[in-house]
Amino acid sequence: MNRSHRHGAGSGCLGTMEVKSKFGAEFRRFSLERSKPGKFEEFYGLLQHVHKIPNVEVLVGYADIHGDLLPINNDDNYHKAVSTANPLLRIFIQKKEEADYSAFGTDTLIKKKNVLTNVLRPDNHRKKPHIVISMPQDFRPVSSIIDVDILPETHRRVRLYKYGTEKPLGFYIRDGSSVRVTPHGLEKVPGIFISRLVPGGLAQSTGLLAVNDEVLEVNGIEVSGKSLDQVTDMMIANSRNLIITVRPANQRNNVVRNSRTSGSSGQSTDNSLLGYPQQIEPSFEPEDEDSDEDDIIIEDYSGF
Amino acid sequence: MMKFRFRRQGADPQREKLKQELFAFNKTVEHGFPNQPSALAFDPELRIMAIGTRTGAVKIYGAPGVEFTGLHRDTATVTQMLFLPGQGCLLTLLDDSSLHLWEIVPRNCCARLEEAHSFQPTSRPGSDGASGPPCLARVTVVLLVAEGSMAALGTESGSIFFLDMPTLKLLEGQTLSPDEVLQSVPGDYRCGKALGPVEALQGHLRDPTKMLIGYSRGLLVIWNLAAQCAHRVFLGNQAINKILWRSCVSGDHFIIFSGGMPRASYGDRHCVSVLRAETLVTLDFTSRIIDFFTVHSSQLEDEFDEPQALAVLLEEELVVLDLQTPGWPALPAPYLAPLHSSAITCSAHVANVPAKLWARLVSAGEQQSPQPAPTALSWPITGGRNLAQEPLQRGLLLTGHEDGTVRFWDASGVALRLLYKLSTASLFQTDCDHSDSLAQAAEDDWPPFRKVGCFDPYSDDPRLGVQKVALCKYTAHMVVAGTAGQVLVLELSDMPSEQVVSVASVDLLQDREGFTWKGHERLSPRTGPLPWPAGFQPRVLVQCLPPAAVTAVTLHAEWSLVAFGTSHGFGLFDYQRKSPVLSRCTLHPNDSLAMEGPLSRVKSLKKSLRQSFRRIRKSRVSGKKRTVIANSKLQEANAQLAEQACPHDMEVTPVQRRIEPRSADDSLSGVVRCLYFADTFLRDATHHGPTMWAGTNSGSVFAYALEVPVATAGGEKRPERAVEAVLGKEVQLMHRAPVVAIAVLDGRGRPLPEPYEASRDLAQAPDMQGGHAVLIASEEQFKVFTLPKVSAKTKFKLTAHEGCRVRKVALATFASVACEDYTETGLACLTNLGDVHIFSVPGLRPQVHYPCIRKEDISGIASCVFTRHGQGFYLISPSEFERFSLSARNITEPLCSLDISWPHDTAHTRLQESPKLSQANGTPGVVLDPQKHDGIPDPVLSKGADTVEPPEASLSPMSIDSAISADTTFDTTGDVTVEDVKDFLGSSEESEKSLRTVAEEEARTRTILIR
Repeated sequence: MNRSHRHGAGSGCLGTMEVKSKFGAEFRRFSLERSKPGKFEEFYGLLQHVHKIPNVEVLVGYADIHGDLLPINNDDNYHKAVSTANPLLRIFIQKKEEADYSAFGTDTLIKKKNVLTNVLRPDNHRKKPHIVISMPQDFRPVSSIIDVDILPETHRRVRLYKYGTEKPLGFYIRDGSSVRVTPHGLEKVPGIFISRLVPGGLAQSTGLLAVNDEVLEVNGIEVSGKSLDQVTDMMIANSRNLIITVRPANQRNNVVRNSRTSGSSGQSTDNSLLGYPQQIEPSFEPEDEDSDEDDIIIEDYSGF
Repeated sequence: MMKFRFRRQGADPQREKLKQELFAFNKTVEHGFPNQPSALAFDPELRIMAIGTRTGAVKIYGAPGVEFTGLHRDTATVTQMLFLPGQGCLLTLLDDSSLHLWEIVPRNCCARLEEAHSFQPTSRPGSDGASGPPCLARVTVVLLVAEGSMAALGTESGSIFFLDMPTLKLLEGQTLSPDEVLQSVPGDYRCGKALGPVEALQGHLRDPTKMLIGYSRGLLVIWNLAAQCAHRVFLGNQAINKILWRSCVSGDHFIIFSGGMPRASYGDRHCVSVLRAETLVTLDFTSRIIDFFTVHSSQLEDEFDEPQALAVLLEEELVVLDLQTPGWPALPAPYLAPLHSSAITCSAHVANVPAKLWARLVSAGEQQSPQPAPTALSWPITGGRNLAQEPLQRGLLLTGHEDGTVRFWDASGVALRLLYKLSTASLFQTDCDHSDSLAQAAEDDWPPFRKVGCFDPYSDDPRLGVQKVALCKYTAHMVVAGTAGQVLVLELSDMPSEQVVSVASVDLLQDREGFTWKGHERLSPRTGPLPWPAGFQPRVLVQCLPPAAVTAVTLHAEWSLVAFGTSHGFGLFDYQRKSPVLSRCTLHPNDSLAMEGPLSRVKSLKKSLRQSFRRIRKSRVSGKKRTVIANSKLQEANAQLAEQACPHDMEVTPVQRRIEPRSADDSLSGVVRCLYFADTFLRDATHHGPTMWAGTNSGSVFAYALEVPVATAGGEKRPERAVEAVLGKEVQLMHRAPVVAIAVLDGRGRPLPEPYEASRDLAQAPDMQGGHAVLIASEEQFKVFTLPKVSAKTKFKLTAHEGCRVRKVALATFASVACEDYTETGLACLTNLGDVHIFSVPGLRPQVHYPCIRKEDISGIASCVFTRHGQGFYLISPSEFERFSLSARNITEPLCSLDISWPHDTAHTRLQESPKLSQANGTPGVVLDPQKHDGIPDPVLSKGADTVEPPEASLSPMSIDSAISADTTFDTTGDVTVEDVKDFLGSSEESEKSLRTVAEEEARTRTILIR
């Protein structure tokens, strides 16, 4: 989807893009080079400059093609905003202390007007019950599918982020056996499977793991040949930043990539394992760095 | 992390070579007493003794340090063993009817025990004897006949087969069937149609053509092998298990027998009676008798046996009595130490023990045990030569026991020897005096019982159990901590003394409310001055409250401080001023389980809940079934189907594991796992000083800065000022795994020396210039933090990478085999899977790993102790320590030779060719002094050995005979050995019952008759 938009935008304008920025009742218009939008920090500075509000903390939003008011607060969504603007990039600026977070959202095209009027007239919005969605900076990731580009389609690598203790990881594993394609034909090999998801737990809420999914790796380390207890210990040891590679029991929701011939989404047999492991391993190393350096160290007691 | 991986992948050949020079894994020797011994043999010529076990192990012992170990490939019970006298060959019979011939073969510079041949009977041997097809199915007994050139096998079918020795090939056509025997036996001796299985075989002393056969139905036949006919026939009954008759110059012969006790009520006693002239002593042992033999002259030309010693192998120990010294005192054994005389509860190793402390310990030990008379016999089993060098340093293994004792073992060499035993029980009031009165009552009885042996598995009070031990080898101060929260500080004294032990208690709960201790009471100490023998004498008793088992202890003799921890918290005590310094509760507010009592209670509670739920579920299922049966046929059929499905479903229900990070309020999170003292930088980078560190089960580390008054120059003791402790740092490991060890590394990355080690110039002084670092080992990962600012420097996440958990860790120094001066510090780690890993320090890079203990062997893993020079010990049974080494240089293993006179040239050449088979100790030994000994037995030296003679003179005292009846008439001019092996072979109960016809009272008269 975004590919086609990028394409359309590129052909529509020649290099520059018009920006219409609104802060309070004031509008500013200026242009940006579409091919070199720069960093969000620079853009933020530019906005403060053009509105002459150098020391005011503001929230920046834009109207996307569906008319949704979406935030701009990092390089990624800034670039996204620039690339999708067609032809005009409409920016809405709010003071941080006066910000109306509920204005942001993914409302449909039909409600476009309402959303914008809500922003313009904040007292209005209470009439409509909105799903309150906080600012992206207040979000934290809960889970993600990673390394789609290097994994075989039949596998899924899921990262679960465990913060605090309020929500349990909430899953159980068991021993089992799976059928593999080997040079000697089909072979039954022992494996580790997800046996249960706790309702309301992190694993269930992500929707990325399911009962009977076979666990192939834990944080980049293959589990084949390891006992259930070993895999349990590995998972618990990595529980603050758990990355598990599974072969989903349900192979219908696999990510289909263009680079590979599609149509393998059925109950495919797993011969891909043989071809891929070398590529899988290295992508994990950087994750390790931030995982648990956060041991709590209390120093300098009164006696010092 | 990433860095290490890349480096590891690019294996540096130089580093790999260095690793080979530093690290090597060898299981070197088994210390202690073989678990579940089942057979005994003695070679009177070579003076070596063999013990076989129920797990198929064979151990041969000679002079101290001479040990050979072999393991049968199948774990079957060794039921009988025979030495081929003078040849260093041992024939073993297993309960799977297989026979194995073991040989002591020279290898490199020393001798090893190797299996040369084996024989497994097939169900059909293919011999078509005229009198029915004899079946070689179950071999019950074995005997060497015709000067050891044949082996006779008695079988369950009653036939006797013959094997060629030493090839163990079946000699076809020589089989002696029971029918053949019956034909030459008078009619009135035929008891029933069949003779029953062969129970015993015994060679004739003077006439090698004759053989005594005992059948289970009671018939005894002296069979003439040459003439193929019965020479004499008797009928027997069982009452005496085994009897030995030994002649003496003085005319008073020794008669030694087991069984035949005068009263049925003595049936549960384990007795061997020794009778000589008017002297009768009934040796009363604490465990079952396996077998016994005498050490005596085996020279043919000697007219008399002159037994020197009696060796009795019991299920739990070996007892040797000196028969030449009046009173027949027991001889202390230089090996086969009964480690488990009370169950081992903890162990510790002290390396490089100073000679002074060693001498004082030996002297204290000598004062404990009655000193042998100057005329007393030295250890009589003297075969072989110990080629191992004198150990370069003295190593002490301390074992804490359930009965409150601590035993000090000389672990410097191959033979583990008890030096000294410390008992803490006498400090406490326990109700253990009743056993003495029982013993006295028994003494009035006949026969005169004499308690022998030291195996006493019964603990008077489980609270006395020793949980942790620490010893300062320079000051001979020691701390012993136990199950009821008792922490004893002791001091070695060379003189007995009488003194009051000061008692203090430390409340580890402090002012925590709402907790009630439901466990055991604390021990009540005896008050007033108490007499203490020379040795370690208690000075201070600190009692933890609540009295939970002590889980960690450490001692710093230089500062006179002792730190201790339980499941509730930890405390610090100044034993010079006898005052508590600090106590801290480590309980999490939500942790109520820790208060309930000992750990086992918590577990059993969970278990019992689970079991009761299962019971409820079961009863529901069975209830359903009953109602269904009453219904129509269709329902009945359905019920049957359901029943078939039900057990199937039960099997399929898989074991599940919950994946959840540890939370702060997991039960028992407050258990203190390790304590550590160090002189390091905690406050700032310029001032170092005493610190104390504590690690808990929930990944917390507390570091205290201590203010210890400094001793003035020349003064031994520090001035009488109070020690102060201030909490300096608190580290909560994010993964919350239990902290198993803490150590401070100096500026060069080396562990700090022990107290006094540096100040007495016994170790290199630590580098106090560069930045120190603290190594914290948890069950999941190792991490090195900088000091004084605690920030992570290096780490290795073992569990995240390998899926195994840390059980034991220790810092060890590894010396290179190539270069004497080159050493490296390594972190040795034993995991829950039983593997040993070594990591570099402080880089924490994995170096090598080896499988060591079976992962199912939980008690073995729990008992593991590492030494400071890269060796280790773990229990392979309640009574045996396996010793292993991780160092390529520091290896303690038996190096010994046996001087064997080869009777046949053929035998010698064959031995050289014999294929090398895998052995329990099949590891290449490092020759410490190769020019000192060569592998070939020296004929000159073998002359020097006490017995070398032609093989025809030898008749193993292990030869076997069946039960004898009162009218047995034996030619007793020679060396007669009569015994019944029924008990040892574990033959069917039925045959045993059929023989048990004589009342116990008759047995007594029979013993007199023999006399």
